[in-house]
Amino acid sequence: VCVWGQAEPLNSNGQNSLLEEEEEEEEEGEDLFTGSLSVPLVLSLSRSLSLSLSLSLSLFPSATEEVSLDSPERDVLLSDGPSPVTPPASLISPHLPHNHLYTHCSFDEMEEEDTPDLFDISILVSDPEKVGEGMNAYMAYKVTTQTSMSLFKSPQATVRRRFSDFLGLHGKLATRYLHVGYLVPPAPEKSIVGMTKVKVGKDDSSSNEFVEKRRAALERYLMRTAKHPVLLKDPDLLTFLECSELPRALSTQALSGAGILRMVNKAADAVNKMTIKMTESDTWFEEKQQKFENLDIQLRKLHCSLDSLVCHRKELSVNTALFAKSAAMLGNSEDHTALSRALSQLAEVEEKVEQLHQDQAGADFYLLAELLADYIRLIGSVKGVFDQRVRLWQRLQDSLLLLQKKRDAEAKLHANKPEKLQQARDDIRELEGKVQQGERDFEQISKTIRKELFRFEKERVTDFKEVIIKYLESLVQTQQQLIKYWEAFLPEAKAIS
Amino acid sequence: GRGGRDGMNGSEVWMGLGFGRDMSWTPRAVNVDLQTDATLQVDISDALSERDKVKFTVHTKSTLPNFKQNEFSVVRQHEEFIWLHDSFVENEDYAGYIIPPAPPRPDFDASREKLQKLGEGEGSMTKEEFTKMKQELEAEYLAIFKKTVAMHEVFLCRVAAHPVLKKDLNFHVFLEYNQDLSVRGKNKKEKLEDFFKNVVKSADGVLVAGVKDVDDFFEHEKTFLLEYHNRVKDASLKSDKMIRSHKNAADDINRISSSLYTLGTQDSTDVCKFFLKVSELLEKTRKIEARVAADEDLKLADLLKYYLRESQAAKDLLYRRGRALVDYENANKALDKARSKNKDVLQAETGQQLCCHKFEKISESAKQELVDFKTRRVAAFRKNLVELAELELKHAKGHLQLLQSCLGILKGDT
Repeated sequence: VCVWGQAEPLNSNGQNSLLEEEEEEEEEGEDLFTGSLSVPLVLSLSRSLSLSLSLSLSLFPSATEEVSLDSPERDVLLSDGPSPVTPPASLISPHLPHNHLYTHCSFDEMEEEDTPDLFDISILVSDPEKVGEGMNAYMAYKVTTQTSMSLFKSPQATVRRRFSDFLGLHGKLATRYLHVGYLVPPAPEKSIVGMTKVKVGKDDSSSNEFVEKRRAALERYLMRTAKHPVLLKDPDLLTFLECSELPRALSTQALSGAGILRMVNKAADAVNKMTIKMTESDTWFEEKQQKFENLDIQLRKLHCSLDSLVCHRKELSVNTALFAKSAAMLGNSEDHTALSRALSQLAEVEEKVEQLHQDQAGADFYLLAELLADYIRLIGSVKGVFDQRVRLWQRLQDSLLLLQKKRDAEAKLHANKPEKLQQARDDIRELEGKVQQGERDFEQISKTIRKELFRFEKERVTDFKEVIIKYLESLVQTQQQLIKYWEAFLPEAKAIS
Repeated sequence: GRGGRDGMNGSEVWMGLGFGRDMSWTPRAVNVDLQTDATLQVDISDALSERDKVKFTVHTKSTLPNFKQNEFSVVRQHEEFIWLHDSFVENEDYAGYIIPPAPPRPDFDASREKLQKLGEGEGSMTKEEFTKMKQELEAEYLAIFKKTVAMHEVFLCRVAAHPVLKKDLNFHVFLEYNQDLSVRGKNKKEKLEDFFKNVVKSADGVLVAGVKDVDDFFEHEKTFLLEYHNRVKDASLKSDKMIRSHKNAADDINRISSSLYTLGTQDSTDVCKFFLKVSELLEKTRKIEARVAADEDLKLADLLKYYLRESQAAKDLLYRRGRALVDYENANKALDKARSKNKDVLQAETGQQLCCHKFEKISESAKQELVDFKTRRVAAFRKNLVELAELELKHAKGHLQLLQSCLGILKGDT
């Protein structure tokens, strides 16, 4: 477990005593995390300090190369206050089973190679089957993977998985990759109401719809995860797709996509509340963040309207069916034969139209609305990795500050107490290492995020284009059917005499 | 040209008839296929919608000698139509006819409310959204306006086409008298009286309907009309609901189109072209969907509503005949009683003769009326169903073409 640096107490001017070079009490006992500094404080380092910072950095040539911090001329705005909760150790570096030694370097290698294998994989989730009875029942889904990639043991694999298995997989992937900047696709949401209906055995259209919705979501989730070149190689994913037996994922509540994201977001919220204003050396990140903010807002708005459309179309379908029945009744009571027949035909047409509306509502939902929902959640992941980057930057700043402090302290110590001096020197060496690591981490996450966003945008463009075309095609079909039905009806109407 | 001005909200909304837009609605004979007779042609040539009333310009062309001119116009309001209708209903001589149903009261309340709400919420939406919604609401208002004009016109045309009613004196006064008829709407007391009258009438109606008719034709008509009326009522309600859902869906498409437009303008990737094109497409298809709903409203919902009223009028005729039959039978009984007691025989005889005459007169004309009703009904349904199908086809084909051309462009792009 790392110990992050401790900030100096603030004097009445709200400035860090570092500047004033006043008392430098080592607040050993004070825990940053519980410090109740709620007012965002702005520190501006004087030029001299920032210069000295860069000087100290230059002692570590490797560090300076990778640092993407500002040039010393620029003011660095820091805000002090409680740091986010220390994440568990596993979040600091990718936590993998022993037989796979992945370091940051090897991640780079993997990406640069860019899979010699052609990306050829198709995953289907199908055949939901209820297993067990009562409240312990669950749905098992068949997962079929077909691929020609050498990564897999065989070109085809079929396994049965339940929802908590998917959540378990996502949990593992998220813990492993999110904090270093990879966009791990979020898993489908849990739904207590939906699942209870299924468990209780309600075999009606709403619980069938729920199962279908979930099945489609699980399929999209797996495909999206598999499309990710790094995640695809993850051993847990491969196990998930290939092994017939899977250890039951425990405490999936904590590990659910929502759970992880919540944890990440909670920390992120704490960060935001303190308004860490990170000086962005890279306008690219600023731009992108703004873009994703806007995209998020618009997608949510669109999703809302689409939901409304699905709702109204379903309503239209129901009302059309009611009208069809009513028209049939009217036709029955009409005593003019030809008119009676025509009215019955009208009723039939409307019945068919009802089905059309129903199908169209389905397309509205499964094609468009679900895509939007997926992307809204993906953007959540994007925001998460952005925040993670800011957090890493913050840690680095903390480390740097602490290092400086220790150095200053050491300078003052030197002659008097040799043991303390040694201790101080050791501490400094440790901190220097930490700073190095922090710089590397920050550098790496920035690089990773850039790559990820590039890939994300490409995928987004493809996804949206594909779905829009499919949707338009569904609309075309509806109109073609409508034409058929009314064309069949017209002569009947004309035949009334 | 012809137009009406609405002075509400200070903004001028031109409502007119036939000013060149794409209208699948003709002012004349919406729900009835009437033979227009050269001796008397009536139409509503203009209409004006003011804050709380509508003023109809009733235009008459006639070769009949009793009119001072061959062509003339007067301005009438809804209450005056009701007065005319009620005068027919109360006229004993017309008991044997299906009285053309009165036009429903012009009801712009809902539309007005919506326009008001829109005005209040102007600040909370973008200029484009506001203009769009305003246009839509104005179109809705216009549609309701056109409908009420059509309903009032159909009433007059039916009267003008009826061989007996067209000669009615009140009708001629209605058409020609160019002053206000000073027919005020019913006050509270009168409305209450009407209410009780209706209660009594429906109770009586049940009694009368219970009497089995010797005449098979009328017995059949009675059963038929009862069932038909109820089913038309149901169909009318359901068609209204269906059309309303259709309109709601079209409104959603509008919002989606706006969202897509914003997305398209914000996006810097390839997909922005898709968003913009689809936004444009949805804008157009929404208009088509709105038209489909409007046409269904005109050709189907209005048709059903009209025949709901006509079938009620036919039921009323049967009721009057049934009433007359009961009176006739009672008069017969009274005559027998008088004869047996040998008291007031002459009185009873005249009474019985009157009842008999009344009953036979009603029966004779009623038969013809009911036959005509069927003919009219069949013709109207045929006309409207054919037009409905043709319009649905036209719109679906237009819609399809738009979709296919958009798809072509987008597919060529990927």
